[in-house]
Amino acid sequence: MPIDPTLREGMLAAVPRLRAFAVSLSGNVDRADDLVQETLVRALTSIDSFRPGTNLAAWLFTILRNHFRSEYRKRRREVEDVEGRHTESLRSQPEQMGHVEMAEFREALAKLPPDQREALILVGASGFSYEEAAEICGCAVGTIKSRLNRARNRLTDLMQIESGEDFGPDAATRAILTDRDTGT
Amino acid sequence: MKRRKRMPTRSAKLPEPPSFEPPKTLGRDIQAKIGDQLRAMHDDIVKQGVPDRFVELLSRLDKGEGGE
Repeated sequence: MPIDPTLREGMLAAVPRLRAFAVSLSGNVDRADDLVQETLVRALTSIDSFRPGTNLAAWLFTILRNHFRSEYRKRRREVEDVEGRHTESLRSQPEQMGHVEMAEFREALAKLPPDQREALILVGASGFSYEEAAEICGCAVGTIKSRLNRARNRLTDLMQIESGEDFGPDAATRAILTDRDTGT
Repeated sequence: MKRRKRMPTRSAKLPEPPSFEPPKTLGRDIQAKIGDQLRAMHDDIVKQGVPDRFVELLSRLDKGEGGE
């Protein structure tokens, strides 16, 4: 199907932000790119439901978000594997502090429930208003705000644990903090 | 409204009181850090621009060749 050049341009312009959102959701660039590809295909398939003049980016984000949510439900186990791999990559590169810090942040982010994580990304990083984020997530503005609050509180908790680690190597401290069998 | 999950293992090892209330200034520092990290993570990907595969995908779809 021929694509309207303006539409094509708008879709491509949205790709970098869509990818960033998809990476935050899936925790994995390859999977994120697949999500974005699927989003573009779905968008063009259902282009009739897009009202020209409305926010194309928000519409694309909605498609991506809904697609991820249905995939997530199907592949919950796989998503957990992805999070596990984050932890591994963190441990394998202890010298790169910037990288470690970012990896720790991603790890903390991955511990949030998906609805809190997406609210945080949409408003805190993608640059959407509360109203747009509510539209993308199909919920009330108040719901977005309370998810944001909970996300920030939870992340603050998680990162305060991290910031208490100045006295020792990361992995060792983490082992203490997550010690499952103190009785051995 | 405000849910406070008990962290089962840290109270024994860290100096926080059991009824954990984040110190206000530290909380603000971390809030700022969360914002910075979010944006850094986001910008990291955004500055990669549009990978060729998406330009090619739209060209294929434009010509009716399908996307898969």
